[in-house]
Amino acid sequence: MSDTPFRLGFLPLVDAALPILAREFGFAEAEGIDLTLVRDMSWATVNDRLLYGHSDAAHLLAPLAIATTLGLGRPAMPLSVPFVLGLNGNAVTVRADLAARITTVGGLGDVAAIGLRLAEAARTARDAGKPLRFGVVHRYSSHNYMLRYWLIGSGIDPDHDVEIVTVAPPFVADALAEGEVDGICVGEPWNSVAVDRGAGVIVAVTSQIWLRGVEKVLAMRTERMVEYKTTHGLLRALYRAGQAFVDPARGEEIARVLARPEYLDGSADLIRHAISDRIVFARGSDAVHVPDFMFQHREAANFPWISQAAWLYAQMCLARHVTPDDAAYQTAQRVFRPDVYRAALRPLGVPLPGASSKLEGGIIDGLGVGTTQGRLILGADRFFDARSFDPEALDAYLAGFGDG
Amino acid sequence: MRIAIVDESPARAAVIEEGLREAGMRDVTVFVDRKGIAARLEAMSPDVVLINLANPHRDELEELFALSRAMARPVAMFVDQSDSSAMEAAIDAGVSAYVVDGLKKERIKPVLELAIRRFRAFSRLRAELDEARTALAERDVVDQAKRLLMKRRGIDEPAAYSALRKAAMDSGRRIADVADALVTADRLMGDL
Repeated sequence: MSDTPFRLGFLPLVDAALPILAREFGFAEAEGIDLTLVRDMSWATVNDRLLYGHSDAAHLLAPLAIATTLGLGRPAMPLSVPFVLGLNGNAVTVRADLAARITTVGGLGDVAAIGLRLAEAARTARDAGKPLRFGVVHRYSSHNYMLRYWLIGSGIDPDHDVEIVTVAPPFVADALAEGEVDGICVGEPWNSVAVDRGAGVIVAVTSQIWLRGVEKVLAMRTERMVEYKTTHGLLRALYRAGQAFVDPARGEEIARVLARPEYLDGSADLIRHAISDRIVFARGSDAVHVPDFMFQHREAANFPWISQAAWLYAQMCLARHVTPDDAAYQTAQRVFRPDVYRAALRPLGVPLPGASSKLEGGIIDGLGVGTTQGRLILGADRFFDARSFDPEALDAYLAGFGDG
Repeated sequence: MRIAIVDESPARAAVIEEGLREAGMRDVTVFVDRKGIAARLEAMSPDVVLINLANPHRDELEELFALSRAMARPVAMFVDQSDSSAMEAAIDAGVSAYVVDGLKKERIKPVLELAIRRFRAFSRLRAELDEARTALAERDVVDQAKRLLMKRRGIDEPAAYSALRKAAMDSGRRIADVADALVTADRLMGDL
C-alpha cells in the first residue's frame, strides 16, 4: 500500500522542528504518511497555500489561525488547530546602546525591571519626537502580542509611546543594523543571528514574559481536518517528533537536520544553542542557560488548550485588532481542537488532560491535573506581571487594563 | 488602471511589465528594491499590486495595505470561493495579487491572467536555463572521466567513452553519474 501524500507548509524557523523531524526521523512514514514540507518566505504565502489547497496543513502563527478564521484583513476561512507545535522560543533584541541603558548587557536580567527602564527610554525618545520603533514578524503574531503585553505591563502605551512595524524575520538583523528599528521581537535563529553580527543585544526572552506562551501551531482548514483520515496519524507523528526533540542525546543530530539547506539553511551552532535553551545575549558573551526558553513537548505542551486561544483573542481586543464580541470570542476559542488531539493520541497511551481550558498564569508551582489517561503535572505558567487570565471572565480581564 | 509590480527579481519583473505594456497598460511601475518601498507605493497609490509569492516582504506589504491612510487599501484578490480556481492558478504560477475595492472584476481578470502567463513563461525559461547548465556540467564531467581513463589505461577516446557507457549500462546508471563517481574516486584516491 502506498503512503498517503500530505503537504505541510512552513517558514524556516527553529520552531518548525517537529514537522521537520516527523519527516526526517521517519515518524510520518511509520504512520503511512508521505510527508512533503513546503518552505516559504512569508506567512502570507504559507497561509495562501493552506487556504487554496496547495498544502494540507501549515506551521502557523497561533494568532494568524484565529485572525484568518475571524476574517481579519480578508474574507473569513475557518481554520482549526489540533496540535500546538511549541511554546515560546522568541526574544526581544535591541540596539546595543539602548541595551546598555536598560540591562546588564550579556546576561539574563529581571524582565520587569528592564521593562521599567525601557519605559523611561521610550518616554524620552517620544518626547524628543523620535519614538522608539520595534519590529515584529507579523501583525497577528504572538511576538506582537507578547511584546505589547510586556510594554503595557511596564507602563508603555504600545500605540502612542512607541511604533510597532512588521519586518520579515530574515531582515531583522539588517533592520537593526541600519537603524530602521530600535528593537525586534522575533523567533530563533534570528535573534542569535543579529547578536552574532553585532547588530543587537538580547534583552529579554518571551518565556520571561509568559512562561508558557503559546507560539506556533499546526493549522488545517477545518473541512480538511475532518475529512482527512491522515490527520490523526500526522498528530501521532508530530508527538513522537516532540519526544525526540527533548532527548538531549539527539541535540547535535537535530541541529544538523534543521540547518540543512532545504529547511532553515542556517548555522547548526546557532540552532543547537536555541534548542538546548542556551542563549548568547550579546556578541562575545558566554551562553546563558535559560530554562524553558523553547518548550516544545513536555507537560503536554502540544495540547491545544482552548484558554490559549481565548488569551490570544483577549490580546487582539487590547490591541484593537478586534472589537470584543461574544460570538467572535466563541469562534476564536473553537479554533483550538483538544478533542481532535485526544482522539488522535489516545492509542499512544500518553497523558491526556481531562479539561480543555484552564486558568492561564494560575500555576505558581507544579500542579497535578486531571487526565483521561496517564499522569500529568503542569509546571509554573506565570505572567511577568503576576496577572492571570480566566477565559470565563473576558470582560473583567479587559477592564483590568482600563479597556472593555 | 495603475499597476504596481513588486518582485525582487528584476528580470522577471521586466518580463511581466513588458507583457502588461504590450497589452496596452501604460501605468505600470516596478518595485525591486525594498528600501523606501512603503512611501513610494503610497505615493503611487496603485489599483492593482502584483507580488511574487516567494517575496519575503509580503507580510510587511500586507500590513501596509491594511493600515495605510494615504492610499486606497488593496485587498487579497479572488478571495471569494467562486474564483478559487483562478487563485489556485495564480498560486501555481507563483504570483499573488491585491486589488483596491470597487475595481470591476472584468477589468482585473485580464491583468491577472496575463501575469500568470508571464510568470509561467519565466519559470519555463529558467527551467530550460537550469537544464542547459546541468547538461553543460555533465558534459564536463564526462570529458574529465574520459581523459582519466585515457591516461590511466592508455586507451583512445572512443574506447574510453565505450568503457564508460558499458559501465553505465551494466550498473543501470547514467553515463554522467558513472563519470562523476570515477572523477570523485580519483580525487579521493590521489596518485596511487
